[in-house]
Amino acid sequence: MIGLTHYLVVSALIFSIGLMGVLRRRNLLMLFFATEVMLNAVNIAFAAISHYYNDLTGQMFAFFIIAIAASEVAVGLGILIVLYKKHGSLDLDDLASMKG
Amino acid sequence: MYEQIAFYLFSALTIGLFLITVMSKNVLYAMTSLAAGMVLISGFFFILGADFLGVVQLIVYVGAIMALYSFAMMFFDATKDIKEKNTNPALIFVLGGLSALALVLMFTAPIYNESIQALYPMHEGVGNAQDVGIVLFTKYLIPFEVAAVMLLVAMIAGIILAGKKMDQSLTEDKGADDEILTQKDAK
Repeated sequence: MIGLTHYLVVSALIFSIGLMGVLRRRNLLMLFFATEVMLNAVNIAFAAISHYYNDLTGQMFAFFIIAIAASEVAVGLGILIVLYKKHGSLDLDDLASMKG
Repeated sequence: MYEQIAFYLFSALTIGLFLITVMSKNVLYAMTSLAAGMVLISGFFFILGADFLGVVQLIVYVGAIMALYSFAMMFFDATKDIKEKNTNPALIFVLGGLSALALVLMFTAPIYNESIQALYPMHEGVGNAQDVGIVLFTKYLIPFEVAAVMLLVAMIAGIILAGKKMDQSLTEDKGADDEILTQKDAK
């Protein structure tokens, strides 16, 4: 029987994959992909907890996370386009303008 | 039985696809595998009985967000591989593995608190969409409206950020663009 723990473990693994992507990636677009992976992992955990505790609150939070992800992508892609126009690259090492 | 098969299939496929997303050098491969993983995640939601959430996941994530990414892909050169300078890959894998281990241990720990009660319990015999709608428009009405304003702000920000100098090409060489612009000015 599939329990709550199964879902939470899968969610934790996917979240760690996203975290590894955020740590590893140097390209801003790929960083956005990794962030989406992390948000999706949290959504799975919310939906699973909502199912196993018979409570709708988890699903509500998942909806708001989806709304936040949508607006994050809209603003983030706008910023990426501006950056690409300005620097011609999306690599974080090229974008570093302060020498420290 | 079918639930177990579906769960293990979906989880294996999702983890594999998201690993491709994170590891791939090609933007198109990463984006496609991300979209496929999101479809499978909506499968999780359908197994869990959150039908409306699954449909919203399909429409918003797979429909809208992936379309937005593929539009953005037209501005950037998506065909060539991304060259990234990884300073210390071993450290990143160790950190990722450790965080995965810590999260799994945290989530597999038994929950001793028996006093967890459902704040907005689901009703028997009522569809999930109806239940969600009632709770969303009574208890979560103000967050819903705030989310609507946030989406409006995001839309305006996206238009203003991306809409500036839309008549100039990004990927082609500058000389050709200037030529076109001077021709336009001459007219």
